Amino acid sequence: MEVILFAVFASIAVVSSVLVVTRRNPVIAALCLILNFGSLAGMYLLLSAQFIAVVQIIVYAGAIMVLFLFVLMLLRPDMERSFFRHDPLFKWAAIIVSVFTFLLLVYAIILTTFNAPILANHAKTIEIGTVEAIGKELFSNFLLPFEAIGFVLLSATVGAMLLSKKKLD
Amino acid sequence: MNLLPFYLIVSAFMFFTGVIGVMTRRNAIIVFMSIELMLNSANLTFVAFSSFLGNVSGQVFVFFVMAVAAAEAAVGLAIIISIYRNKMTANIDEINILKW
Amino acid sequence: MRNLIYLSVVFPLIGFLVNGLLGRKFKSEKVVGIIGSGAVGAAFLVVLAAFVETLRMPEEGRALIVTLFQWVKAGNLDVSIAYQIDQLSLVMGLVVTGVGFLIHIYSIGYMHGDKGFWRFFTYLNLFIFAMMNLVLADNFLLMFLGWEGVGLCSYLLIGFWYDRKFEKSTTSDAAKKAFVVNRIGDFGFLIGMFLIYLNFGSLNFTTVFAKAGVGNIPESTFTLIALCLFIGAAGKSAQIPLFVWLPDAMAGPTPVSALIHAATMVTAGVYLVARCSIIYASAPMALTVVAVIGLATAFFAATVGLVQTDIKKVLAYSTVSQLGYMFLAMGMGAFSAGIFHVVTHAFFKALLFLGAGSVIHGMHDEQDIRKYGNLKKYMPKTAKTFLIAAIAISGIPPFAGFFSKDEILWEAFSVGGFGFWIFGVITALFTAFYMFRLYFLTFEGKERFDSHHVHPHESPAVMTIPLMILAFLSIVGGFLGMPAIFVGEEGNLFGRWLAPIFKSAETKIFTGAEHSHLMEILLMAISVAGAALAIYFAKFVYLHKPEIAEKVSAKLKPIYTTLLNKYYVDEIYDAVVVNPIRLVSESFLWKITDVKLIDGLLNKSAALVDYLSGYIRKIQTGAVQFYAIIMMTGILAALFWIIKSL
Repeated sequence: MEVILFAVFASIAVVSSVLVVTRRNPVIAALCLILNFGSLAGMYLLLSAQFIAVVQIIVYAGAIMVLFLFVLMLLRPDMERSFFRHDPLFKWAAIIVSVFTFLLLVYAIILTTFNAPILANHAKTIEIGTVEAIGKELFSNFLLPFEAIGFVLLSATVGAMLLSKKKLD
Repeated sequence: MNLLPFYLIVSAFMFFTGVIGVMTRRNAIIVFMSIELMLNSANLTFVAFSSFLGNVSGQVFVFFVMAVAAAEAAVGLAIIISIYRNKMTANIDEINILKW
Repeated sequence: MRNLIYLSVVFPLIGFLVNGLLGRKFKSEKVVGIIGSGAVGAAFLVVLAAFVETLRMPEEGRALIVTLFQWVKAGNLDVSIAYQIDQLSLVMGLVVTGVGFLIHIYSIGYMHGDKGFWRFFTYLNLFIFAMMNLVLADNFLLMFLGWEGVGLCSYLLIGFWYDRKFEKSTTSDAAKKAFVVNRIGDFGFLIGMFLIYLNFGSLNFTTVFAKAGVGNIPESTFTLIALCLFIGAAGKSAQIPLFVWLPDAMAGPTPVSALIHAATMVTAGVYLVARCSIIYASAPMALTVVAVIGLATAFFAATVGLVQTDIKKVLAYSTVSQLGYMFLAMGMGAFSAGIFHVVTHAFFKALLFLGAGSVIHGMHDEQDIRKYGNLKKYMPKTAKTFLIAAIAISGIPPFAGFFSKDEILWEAFSVGGFGFWIFGVITALFTAFYMFRLYFLTFEGKERFDSHHVHPHESPAVMTIPLMILAFLSIVGGFLGMPAIFVGEEGNLFGRWLAPIFKSAETKIFTGAEHSHLMEILLMAISVAGAALAIYFAKFVYLHKPEIAEKVSAKLKPIYTTLLNKYYVDEIYDAVVVNPIRLVSESFLWKITDVKLIDGLLNKSAALVDYLSGYIRKIQTGAVQFYAIIMMTGILAALFWIIKSL
């Protein structure tokens, strides 16, 4: 069952991610991205990280993607005339670099984790994904980063408002 | 069956598409989406390891990554809007003042 | 008070800071003058109190070192800001602050109305501060600090009237000359200091002299150190061949000439030799060099002094000559006699300079003695005190100069032999002659100035009172060091006082053959009679038969012009040293090394960077995604590196 669900979510994620970067219409790309985020949330659930899965839906698929769509609506950018950039050298350089990176990563994954034993038992894994467990961790060991991230968000809010004002004065 | 390598491979593939998007797409908003894709692939890796190692820290990190991603998206989109307002375009190959 | 001796350094420093920072704001000259003089006066009182206290103590344990704080600590080198009280430093301290105080008072009158009044007192206080560091220091480094400090003040004060002409150039040039010549001497001092540290492993006087006294160090090392230090001393004390700056130093205001270039700073070299007496005593050859240079300087400067017409120039050469005497004493191993002459010389030479300043003040900055005459009528106090000083320097008993000079001459005879003595006596005769030539031309005879335009007047009391005090000291100062034949060994207060300092040095050197008392008295009588004769001769020539002087100078034209031009030493130095250096500096060091090599290298490398960056900058395309590819390539490389090690 788990394997089947994983296969479904994984294929959705892979296909939608390809679609995000290949669609000329940005709105369709954005919708594909939402799909991708949704499938990620499914995979998080499979990994019994309930809290993260929920936050993924609320923050990413909800807030951030809505922001993207709003900006798209505001700017109404034309569809791109061509899929890739014109310069062929540029294009091939980009593809070669990223393919190499991908292959290298896969090689490393296969080399290290394929035969690795499963370390955690299932009960423990379920236990750590709960809101309670993460909350405890956040407000004890990670208290200082938690406070800091509050400031990051605050300054981002102020910065975004300042940047999108009509005139900087 | 040990699914960890497959999670990681999916993550690596998402990262790969994200990189391609960042390097080749002309529309700044789609470049941003590609960046979000890369961030999420990293998140997937975090959660996968967290769950397979039984360590909560990975998930806490994902939480932080999301917060940073939200902040980054807000600021980045604001920058795109102000650039668009000045240059009347969101195509980043037409915006090349970052030189000399 | 002995533990508070550092106050005598701190007070002038405070005076310097207050006047230097706030002096411009003070409305009245009085405030500046009182702060400046008061600071030095307070320092004098501190030293005096310490002196009296020391006098009451038993002879052993009079030395004391007051350490303020650690200054330099590096490896084995450990130098503190520490002041030393002993018989020698107290004597020097008393002279510096005492005479300095009188000259400060005098300056209030002399500098009245000068636009740089506050600046003058600032420099003077800084000078006293540096000089006290020099004489009270307990180690070579602190002494060097004072040494450089007085050099700086000398420079500042010679060029004090930087907008005035002086001879063929400006006062700034005279100041520069003094500074540069002093640097040559300082270089010798520095090398000497390095050698001392190398051989003794310390810079503290106590340690160094203790080790030098034990003496497992070869004589050649001592000679080398002694000669290096003597180069420093010769620079500061204007000895051959580094004396050329002192006559030019007369460009400064007259109180400066009195304080720095007669009474105190120029005797620093003598003090240095006296302080290092044990080192010199261990190096007989160096002592001989000191003696010969001293005698040559004394004789040479006295001959030049015979014909100078500028009142301050005469005094300047007289100073050089007297300093030569002091070094002669040092070279004879008669350290306390030399220091005694430092003290008496400080009295009467300061008095002479201040008197000359008073004359210049009254004559509206006229310095040519041919344009004076009969000033006795207008400035009686100045004339009387000047006469006292002239008698004192000529060596007529019982004035101060007689005792100190006679002691030196006697030592020259008994240690050095007849040759040293005869040149010393001739120099003394010359001294008496030109001093009275100066006196008669200035204060007696006919008025040779234009009485319609020039109205000589006596100086105010603030200037004449210091003159009188110094005159008093010039009369009685000599009794401190009465010759042993009159009062016995115990009677020479000054010699007995300083004896502990030079004890270890004097055991090492030949102190002279035994001579009968009759011999000593005979020599004394000869030199006194000679001086009296010279004075009478001067009177005869310059008062009664002025035409003789002209006839003689006409007949001996070559000698006369040579003397008048100071043996052309300045010209020779210009031709041999200054011009070649200037030529090499300009044509090679400047135009080739500096412009072509250094600047060229710099410009060429800049041009290379410019040229290369013309190409490299094209990497900066401005396309963000290009940057992204580059960045990704870097990440790929890093990733490759990591995975390779798996």
